[in-house]
Amino acid sequence: MISKEDIIKVAGLSRLSLTDKEIEDYQKEFTNILGFFDILSEVNTDGVIATAQITGLENVTTEDVVMSFDSEKLLKCSNQTKVKTQIAVSAVM
Amino acid sequence: MTVFPTTIADAKKMLEAKKISALDLTNLFISRIENLDKQLGAYTQTCFESARNQAIALDKSGDFSAPLAGIPYSLKDVVSKKGLKNTAGSKILENYESPYDATVAELLEKSGAILLGKVNTDEFTQGSSCENSALQLTRNPWNDKKVPGGSSGGSAASVAKYLGLFSIGTDTGGSIRQPANFCGVTGLKVSYGRVSRSGIISYASSFDSIGPIAPTVDCVARVLEVIAGKDEKDATTPNISVEKYSNSLSEESNLSGKKIGVIKEFIEADGFDTDLKKSFEGTVEKIKKLGGEVVEISLPLTKYAIPTYYLLVKAEASTNLARYDGIRFGETADVSTLEEQYTKTRSEFLGPEVKRAIMMGTYTLSAGYFDAYYVKAAKVRTLIKEEYEKAFAQLDAIIAPVTPFSAFDIGEKTSDPLAMYLADIFTVTANLAGICGVSIPTEKVHDLPAGIQILGKAFNEKEILEIGAVLEKDYNFTAIREKELV
Repeated sequence: MISKEDIIKVAGLSRLSLTDKEIEDYQKEFTNILGFFDILSEVNTDGVIATAQITGLENVTTEDVVMSFDSEKLLKCSNQTKVKTQIAVSAVM
Repeated sequence: MTVFPTTIADAKKMLEAKKISALDLTNLFISRIENLDKQLGAYTQTCFESARNQAIALDKSGDFSAPLAGIPYSLKDVVSKKGLKNTAGSKILENYESPYDATVAELLEKSGAILLGKVNTDEFTQGSSCENSALQLTRNPWNDKKVPGGSSGGSAASVAKYLGLFSIGTDTGGSIRQPANFCGVTGLKVSYGRVSRSGIISYASSFDSIGPIAPTVDCVARVLEVIAGKDEKDATTPNISVEKYSNSLSEESNLSGKKIGVIKEFIEADGFDTDLKKSFEGTVEKIKKLGGEVVEISLPLTKYAIPTYYLLVKAEASTNLARYDGIRFGETADVSTLEEQYTKTRSEFLGPEVKRAIMMGTYTLSAGYFDAYYVKAAKVRTLIKEEYEKAFAQLDAIIAPVTPFSAFDIGEKTSDPLAMYLADIFTVTANLAGICGVSIPTEKVHDLPAGIQILGKAFNEKEILEIGAVLEKDYNFTAIREKELV
């Protein structure tokens, strides 16, 4: 069984707050699902290269050119307070 | 009464011959949406005014030579379209408006297609029934107590009910093929990289593929011709030429010379409904009757596909979802410090399946577990890909079922996530291997649509569309759909 502490730690890393009930549910669910993932240990993967890019493209580069975009439009997407062309965020601490 | 065109080709013919104006055609579909979508719940928003304006401009020009000129369609609500909301079926983006167009939306506009609106999806495309949408419920057009499938459930339901002649969906592990199957329409999952992902909200970036859902194989082929190809804005689109996929479709009426595989592990899968299995066996017989050679193949890694798939996609999803922090876009919780704001915003506005993905992905990517989970699964993915490549070395295509059961009742399967994951057994391997697949309806089973999918080598969409067109003609499911849903 995955411990309560592990779930709380992962929730912290995920920037999610959980209720006691949710923590308990996750403990059960994660134990199930991770147990199900364990079946992969049956597969011999010695010397196999991991796939992250399925078509095998590598180092696709592009010219580093500035493209113009109306920053007002992007600023409009945010609900935060705007100061000139910047988004003002809450205090870090 | 105006004749009602039910395919892109029919509509195009009528428009070119001036038998119907683009405005009349647009209004015809708009009135269907106004009359029928209240019950169906497919559209999350509509843009009728701009649709009418676009149609009027087309009529004025009189030029219908662009490939999809005047064809009405919808976009899944994860595809950016300037000026329209892009909700991803989530509370966190409920009021977010796209500041730019996805490449696909741009290409479709250039092709003359007329956008009617955006359609429902499971939240951030994570789900198989549209029930994970935080915004609304979408029903199956064949039976309103059933789910339409998902995550492109709004696309499939709207196309089946003829509330548009095609829709753009996304498929990360079956999200185009499965709802198309549940709703009795055609769904194309393209090879990874065939269609640009630029401007489309990501689920799992190394799996996501963008494609059409439409009434027929010819319709999806026509849309693919417009949206496929290399895009400077998506570095994962290779420079492979785009074919005229629809050109060769009507030529063949049999499958002679085609060698088609059937995966033994699929047929023997636990929980495969016996009536659907019988229907699938009927398709195998039909392929033989049509001159095709059917070969049983064994892909022993099939049993590892679901854990490999879910481990990798939830990991990728957890990183993609990190951007929803309430700062640059989306809803924001009102609190005093930044960290509290991240946590409160995400906890308040994200739904349960999305939170589960973030938790699961964060866990498997965290120090100490990364190698044992993520890297291990990424290696198994390599082996699964190789297994498919080996199979395709001696096959033209593979034929497979799409789902182990028919469309289920709304509310029936939402409580057990693992059981829901297992139901994706027939669809996820295509995304793991990066290959293409088209799902086509065949007949009715349990009084609901049933169908099959044809899987093909990466970037060989032409082959599966040709085989699909032959089977489609022989089954003629279109006649059933038109009789019941027009």
